[in-house]
Amino acid sequence: MSKTATESKTRTMTGAEAVVQCLLEEQVDVMFGYPGGAIMPVYDALYDYREEIHHVLCRHEQGAIHAAQGYARATGKVGVCLATSGPGAANLITGIADAQIDSTPVVCITGQVASHLLGTDAFQETDVVGISMPVTKWNIQITSAHEIPAALSKAFFIARSGRPGPVLVDITKDAQFGKLDFSYQRCELVRSYVPTPQPNMEEIKRAAELINQAKRPYVLMGQGVILAEAEDEFRNFVEKAGLPTAWTILGLSGLPTDHPLNVGMLGMHGGYGPNLLTNECDVLIAVGMRFDDRVTGDVKRYATQAKVIHLEIDPAEINKNIKADVPVLGDCKETLKLLTEQLEAREHPEWLQRFRDCQEEEDREVVQGELYPEGDKVLSMGEVIRWVSEKSNGEAIIVTDVGQHQMVAQRYYRYARWRSNITSGGLGTMGFALPAAMGAKIGAPDRQVIAVIGDGGFQMTIQELGTVFQSKIDVKILLLNNEFLGMVRQWQELFFDKRYSFTEMVNPDFQTIARGYHIEAEKVTKREELEAAVERFVNHDGSYLLEVLVGKENNVFPMVPTGASVSEVRLK
Amino acid sequence: MQEQFNVSVFTEDQIGMLNRVSIIFNRRHINIESITASASEVEGVHRYTIVVSCTEDQVKKLVGQLDKQVDVVKAFFHRNDQIVQQEIALYKVPTATLVEAKMVETLIRSHGARIICIEPDFTIIEKTGHKEETQQLFQELKPYGLLEFVRSGRVVITKPMKEFREVMEEVEEAARKCVPAG
Repeated sequence: MSKTATESKTRTMTGAEAVVQCLLEEQVDVMFGYPGGAIMPVYDALYDYREEIHHVLCRHEQGAIHAAQGYARATGKVGVCLATSGPGAANLITGIADAQIDSTPVVCITGQVASHLLGTDAFQETDVVGISMPVTKWNIQITSAHEIPAALSKAFFIARSGRPGPVLVDITKDAQFGKLDFSYQRCELVRSYVPTPQPNMEEIKRAAELINQAKRPYVLMGQGVILAEAEDEFRNFVEKAGLPTAWTILGLSGLPTDHPLNVGMLGMHGGYGPNLLTNECDVLIAVGMRFDDRVTGDVKRYATQAKVIHLEIDPAEINKNIKADVPVLGDCKETLKLLTEQLEAREHPEWLQRFRDCQEEEDREVVQGELYPEGDKVLSMGEVIRWVSEKSNGEAIIVTDVGQHQMVAQRYYRYARWRSNITSGGLGTMGFALPAAMGAKIGAPDRQVIAVIGDGGFQMTIQELGTVFQSKIDVKILLLNNEFLGMVRQWQELFFDKRYSFTEMVNPDFQTIARGYHIEAEKVTKREELEAAVERFVNHDGSYLLEVLVGKENNVFPMVPTGASVSEVRLK
Repeated sequence: MQEQFNVSVFTEDQIGMLNRVSIIFNRRHINIESITASASEVEGVHRYTIVVSCTEDQVKKLVGQLDKQVDVVKAFFHRNDQIVQQEIALYKVPTATLVEAKMVETLIRSHGARIICIEPDFTIIEKTGHKEETQQLFQELKPYGLLEFVRSGRVVITKPMKEFREVMEEVEEAARKCVPAG
């Protein structure tokens, strides 16, 4: 039966104060939000708890939710955000959808018009429970104060347990004003909900047999490894059986970049070998990943020669995109350990060498020119990332936005530490990076946090510079400015006869904007200025904008075009 | 290959569940042919019966997504040969034309229908059966100036399924196993 972690003594209070008490019971010490009419009672209650809960006032609700996501991704804890009804709640939706597709634990609390006004088109009324239903793991509307503790406790449990996700709790204004006798029971059980399937030893045995017999085994590491905190278990697993390992965009930093078994990134702009050799392995072992279309390319021509083992916490992912010969359900922290016990110690030097050979070819054809462009060539994104990686010793948390700079940062930053990659993977939300970096820095104050952003995405949430300034958040902003919506332009060049339909940006002076927010800023246009500028950037005390003007029409390669097979990965 | 499937969804009895369930069909562009909702044999648990035509692969994924919802206890799908099903139809016909045609008795008897209400100006006939059967009666009543017609969604009892109470106990047991010890 459900157990009580904390049992508070009963006290009469308002629903609004109960919301704050619930947050304290859940050990929430940071939240992100934006006040407004229907959430005012909760804000009023928060005023008395300014010491206990650090509320970060963002500049837009989308900023608040992305910050909560960044916080959750950097810490593994539940991110919390607070917004008012109507537009406030609606502005959260993009971030909620992003958190849903990237399995990020977030609890959103929204104010709602008083219950007698529901359905009357009242001022700032919107059906946020209806709107958010397809993009939340769970949501609920509360119309009476006494429902608040149980609902919030359930919300936190659902957000963080099993495959994490966003939860929304909508509270009418009268429920915030209403009185209740407060007591809190931490929820650990919902009878209809099985967060984590129990490992099945039969499945594990079959998986171990396949891996032990494999000549060319290949591991795909997804974010599930990070969400499960299975760093050691994963490393032991691949090291014992000598398994070449590629990571998905969200699996990045699950192993150090320089780990000898790490062969690089999967996906549309992933590595040459990681894509090509998917169709040459004999056993494919997917761990905590979901075979996104950007990873698989044409599913009909994806790893058809291989036996597929899929370690996954969410049963709905099994056979969703790629059929699993052996599904291994459960929390991979546990299943990896059980599986490793049954593995024979192996090495696969010839097979690993295939990846190295592919890497050499990729280095020659792509990487060299990107990281070390010759002489008078325009600055490339890759060389900027190379310097950032070097000057930060691969120790930073890299928060990326969406587009070319994202792919380049993730391809070339050399992650030395666990949990160092925060990006919008599944949804591809431009404007994600700046607010997510704020949340990450607040969640991990001892770490260097670098937001890598393009000129397009920067302007989608540029207002959050105000939050950076007001809340003194030490984020380093690397703006890779190519005066284009670069990724779309690249596609227009390759697939739409260079018809650059509305992708050229006439940009403002970002330096002036940053300085307007009292953030130090610097702009680099020449190669010889770059190294010193990056040095100043990473060592600056406080937030800093480094803008680098990079080649306008540079492309990101390798590339698996849409609808192509992974073995058709192009180097140019 | 497209086939007809009967999807049964057992959920907690909560506001908004119908929406959460139907969204999963909408999102995959699968039309709901009929839907019924009622209490199940377990208190507090509602049962939705949803008829769809799609491929087996699609229905498996649908059920996977339904099952994944926090407040869904369990979802299943069955083919038509695995279930016993019934629909109910009501027909409103002008009393005068029925009497004039002197066909009423034959019609009612041959269809196993019954008259549930006779008013001077209209008569209401009820028939339960499969869709084809209620449709047949619809066709035959049409010439008599059918005033109104309504057919329910399909209700389904599955032949081979184990008792839902048992399934529910298994789900609860699995949920309990996830509670950390101590």
